[in-house]
This record gives sequence, structure tokens and C-alpha cells, in this order.
Amino acid sequence: MSETNPPGPFKPPTSKSEQKRSSTRSSTYWAANLKVVGILLTIWFLVAFVGSIFSIEWLNQFRFGTIGFGFWLAQQGSIFVFVLLVLIYALWMDRIDRQYDVGE
Amino acid sequence: MDALILLAEAGTDPARAWTWTLVGLTFALYLFIGWRSRVRDSAGFYVAGQGVPAIANGAATAADWMSAASFIGMAGLISFMGSDGSVYLMGWTGGYVLLALLLAPYLRKFGHYTVPDFIGARYYSETARIVAAVCAIFVSITYVAGQMKGVGIVFSRFLEVELMYGVIIGMVIVGFFAVVGGMKGITWTQVVQYFILILAFIIPSVALSSMLTENPVPQVGFIFSDIGDKLNNVLVELGEKEYTQPFRNFSQLNVFCITAALMFGTAGLPHVIVRFYTVKDVRAARYSAVWAIIFIAILYTTAPALGMFARYNLIKRLHESQITQVWIEASDQTFVYPEGKAEADSTIANLRSTADANDSAMPKIVYTLTSSEGDQLDWALQWQKTGLLKLYDTDQNGSISLMNTAGEGEPPKSEAIIDRDMIVLSTPEIAQLPPWVIALVAAGGLAAALSTAAGLLLVISSSLAHDLYIRYCWPDATEAERLRVGRIAILAGVLVAGYFGVNPPGFVGEVVAFAFGLAAASFFPAIFLGIFSKRTNRIGATSGMIVGLIFTLVYIFLCTTDKLVPLIDEPWLAKENYLLAGWFGKEGISPQGIGTVGMVLNFIVTLSISSVTSPPPQEVIDLVEDVRLPSGAGKAAEH
Repeated sequence: MSETNPPGPFKPPTSKSEQKRSSTRSSTYWAANLKVVGILLTIWFLVAFVGSIFSIEWLNQFRFGTIGFGFWLAQQGSIFVFVLLVLIYALWMDRIDRQYDVGE
Repeated sequence: MDALILLAEAGTDPARAWTWTLVGLTFALYLFIGWRSRVRDSAGFYVAGQGVPAIANGAATAADWMSAASFIGMAGLISFMGSDGSVYLMGWTGGYVLLALLLAPYLRKFGHYTVPDFIGARYYSETARIVAAVCAIFVSITYVAGQMKGVGIVFSRFLEVELMYGVIIGMVIVGFFAVVGGMKGITWTQVVQYFILILAFIIPSVALSSMLTENPVPQVGFIFSDIGDKLNNVLVELGEKEYTQPFRNFSQLNVFCITAALMFGTAGLPHVIVRFYTVKDVRAARYSAVWAIIFIAILYTTAPALGMFARYNLIKRLHESQITQVWIEASDQTFVYPEGKAEADSTIANLRSTADANDSAMPKIVYTLTSSEGDQLDWALQWQKTGLLKLYDTDQNGSISLMNTAGEGEPPKSEAIIDRDMIVLSTPEIAQLPPWVIALVAAGGLAAALSTAAGLLLVISSSLAHDLYIRYCWPDATEAERLRVGRIAILAGVLVAGYFGVNPPGFVGEVVAFAFGLAAASFFPAIFLGIFSKRTNRIGATSGMIVGLIFTLVYIFLCTTDKLVPLIDEPWLAKENYLLAGWFGKEGISPQGIGTVGMVLNFIVTLSISSVTSPPPQEVIDLVEDVRLPSGAGKAAEH
């Protein structure tokens, strides 16, 4: 156990053919990962900024229970959505990891 | 004649024995856990040996994350800000999504001890590492000051210990389990602290919700009760704006900027990121993020309900409360109000004029306050002693009115000045809950403050010791020597934190908001681009961090000069000259939201400088590709 060496955990694949195969696999894996993150963060942006800030006043004309929908979304609803986003991310990435066989 | 300041000399507080017992027990537990998990190597000290299960790490992350500001400050802030309180609710939880999706899994894969380690390796630069370490120290110290002040408030209110001694007790406890147990001790203490703080938050909220809405679940009571409408009406009657009306504290521009600064700052907070280094692999990092946000959401969805209920309850209990009895110490006379009011007034006036003439202390006057429903408000008298509640009988009619007497556009003003930090802590008393609940809330507030302080101290220590001192001044130190340096650095951090706890630059929430802005402007772009853009190089990232940090720091300094520099009464940058003032409405960007601008500047500088300078070397591009793949994280840990 030593920490004197500067971190450099990458160990290059050994043979040329393995290197090539591994690099296409990792770039498609990365593309799939970016798609997941992109979709989830779009929802994140719509709920947090578009819904709860830019159009809160407009959304407040609709009632949710006894309070305005915009007010509820900004104070509580958005948080429930955030929990779901993180959960969906973990489950979705599990599937993608299996698909590309890159998990532990 | 001046308004009467109602000073109280209350008898023994029934909750105090309970509080001493509970606080004593929880502290003993923390010390015990710290001792049990004492560590012998740097891996244990900095990343708890990377064997913490996902759910435990989730609870620890939640406790680490939820600070004194979340527990003591936030519901109170929301209580007074109404709809605009969403900046804190969304800012702190929404940033978590960014952390979980954009940073945590990759940093775990990278697998080293600190954020500066990643920055240093990714930007193949010792300068970048040093800048990152200095940023980490700076952000953490700003943040830890708020925690220590929170500790002081709890001690001074519930245990009648002076704020300074309260801070010192907190420093000793947190110093002990952090120094002895390192990250391992901190992790397991934080797990316990999470359960204490969440119980302490939920129990009074459930009680208050059942009392006011007949629905025990605060989240449900929040939506389906009439409290929202009632509170709106009461506030309008008192001459204030409706609770649920947006943008009455901040302009829309500021709500956007502050929310964004808190979100990106949260994602860049080194003490939270470092928690993800403690789990087994990338998958465990993702699932510990899931657990953490579930644990966080339990408090964060309760807070807006508590804020609304507490505000309503406080107004209902305090408004038009009557002074029923006055005791004057100097002459040992007791007067019953309202009959004896005239006589009491003249006696007080007399005593005051002689006190003025002799230049001696004002006569001590003790009041008994009775609510409009006829019960005694002893808690109001207790809280006055902390300075968080001030009552003035301005109109001399023997009754405390919460009617807003401030003019249009001014902050509300009435006969009661209520500090928002008091809302959560006073809820059990105001709602007349049993004394053990009050004690639990005190223990919960301390758990929240200490857990976050511990995480921050570890970052300060690892930055000072691991990233700076050992690396540059003592690279051939043995394992035992490294550990010793780490421990000494934690001690140094505790002392600095304590100093700022006693002399804090602003109230708890504000201090923390600045720390987030600084983190957003410095760390987030560097880490994010380090993973998602292979083209970002050393010079780009370093200049970006420097520009973002300095811009944000200078702006905050200019806006708060009056609070930071003695003898200066006016901030150097006045409100009407804030950035973008007059562009989108009257109000410019406030110092709490400026981190968003700092971050945008950081991105612009980093990307443009990177694009015109040479790309990073091949081994760094390989490193980025490796970090993007989850496999092999376990191996990287055993470097």
C-alpha cells in the first residue's frame, strides 16, 4: 500500500486486436451512457428550471390538492422526480453494463 | 421613551435534563464508534478502506450532506421565504442528480483519495492539483463555519451554555472521532447521526402535522390541508405578502441563479464526492447515490411542510399574546397586567432615568407572556435569552402584535423579531410536545452539524496533508508519519472551524450558500469536463478554475464588505449596482447566485483556452477512457 506514485490506474490492453475490439466496445458503451444521462438530465432541467422557476406562476393557476401546482412542484414534486431520476439511472446503467459486459 | 425590550429570566427549563441526557448519550456513542473504528493506515484514514456497503454509504452521505443548514436553517428559511424557499429545496437535491449522473461513478472508478488527486492526474499538472487543493480547503472552511455556529446555537439554547463554549465542546467531539477514526470513524458515526437527525426532524413534523391538519404525514398534510390558504390569509391580514406567492424575496433571475449555483455547487462539494470513494465499485457508487437521495428526500420533502406549518403555528401562538405580569428586580415589585400597567410603566421609567443618570445597567424586568388562547408562553421567554427572538412592546399596549409596520418594499417588521434559525428548534416547544422531543431535536441538530463538520474536516485534512504537505514537503514519509500528518491537519482544521463558528460571517444559510457558489465556480466544470471532454487540457482547466474562483470570491467580497471588514459600514458594491441590475427586472444577481456566473465563466475560459492549445498527452486520454468504463474499479483501489 503506497501512495507515492502519481495515480495512473490505466493498464493498456495487451494485444493489438484486443485493443481494437475493446476500443469500439467502449465507445459504443460510452454513447449509450451519454444517451441515458442526456435523457435523464433533460427531464431534470424541465422539472427544475422550466417547471419550477420559469413557469411557476402559470402552473400556480392549477390546484394540486389545496395548493398551487407550481408551488408544490417547486417545493416537493421536483424532489420526488429527482429521486426517481437517480434510481432509474442506476437500474438503466445496470442493464447497459450487462449488455456491453463492462461491469465488475 | 424607547420600546420596552422584554427580557426574561425564566425558571428551570423542563427539557434541560432530557437534553443533557440525550446529547450526552449520543456524544458518548459517537466517541465510542470513533474509538472502535480507529484506523492504522492512510487508506482507512482517507477512504475507509473502500469497503463500505452501498446502503450505509447512502446514509452516511445523507448525513454528510445534510448540514446544520439543512436541519436547523432550511425549514426556517423556507418558513420566512415562502415559495422562494424552493431555491434551497431544489438547489440541494437537484445538484445531487448531477453528482450521481455526471461525477460520482467516474470518480469512483478513478479510485484515488481526493478530488485534487483526480484533478492532478487528469490535468497532468501539479499546479492544477494545488489550485484544486486550495479550492477544497477554501470551500470546506466556509462551509464548516456554518456547522460550528449551528452547534453553538443548539448548546446556547438548550443547555444554557455560552455559544463559544458550545462551539468548543463541538470541536472536541468532532475532533476526537475524526482524528482517531479518520474516514472509517466518520462514516460509521455519520450512519448513526443520520438516524438521529432524521428521527429528530420527522417526529416534531409529524406531531405538528397531526395537530394542524389531522393528517400525520407532513407531505400529505402539505397538499390536502387548508393551512396553505389559512397562512396566506393570516399573512395578508398582517400586512405581508401571501406565503405561496413566488418571487417575493428574490427576482426570477435570482431564483434561477441561486438554484443553479446551489445545484452545481452541491455536485462539486469535495466532502460529498469523497464519500463515493469509500464504496466497493462503480455499481455500488450508483446505488449508494440512490440510497442517499432517498434518505435526503425524506427530510427535504418534510421541510417545506414543516416550514409552512411552523410559520402558521408561530403566528397563531405569538400574535396578540398578552403581557400578564411584570416583575421588577430592582424594587422587587410585581405588577399584574393590564390593571397595574400604569404603575409599572412609571416605576420602570423612574428606574430607567436613574439608571441613565448613574450610567449603570438597565433595571432587570421580567415578564410573563400569555397567548391569545390563555396559556403561558414560557418558550418565548427562553428563546429571548438566545437573542434569536426579540419582543418589543413598541406601542406600549401590553400586547405583542405581529402586524407588519414596515413600508412598501421594506423587509417586514413587527413587535416580534424572529430569527429563522429558531423555527425548527422551537417547533416542539411551540407545539407543546413532550420534553424528550425537544431534547431529541437538540441532539438531531447537533448530529446534523457534527456529521457535516466531520466530513469537511477530513477534506481539509486530506487537502492539507495528503495533497499538499506530504506530496511536496515530505514525499518519503512512512505510512505512520503520513497518518500523523493527516491527524495534525484535522486538528488545525478544527481550530479554524471553531474560530469561524464563534465569529461567523453571516447567518448559517448564507454562509453555506457562498460555499456552494465557490464550489460551482471552481470544481464542477473541471471535474465534469475532465470526464466528458477529452480535449480539455491542463492550461484550460487551470485558468478556468482560477477565473471562476477569483471572480466569485471578489464579487461576494464586494457585496459583503460591510460584514467582512471592520469599520466599513456599506458594502463596496451596492444592491442597485449588482450584475445585470435592470436587465431582467430591477434586481441584479445577488452574491448567493453569483457562483452560476462564475461557473459559466469557468466553462468559457476552459473550453476556449483548451481549443487553441495542444491536446492532453495520450496517457491522459487513456485515463479518461478508462474512467468512463466501470470495470476494474476494485483493482484501481489497490494501487
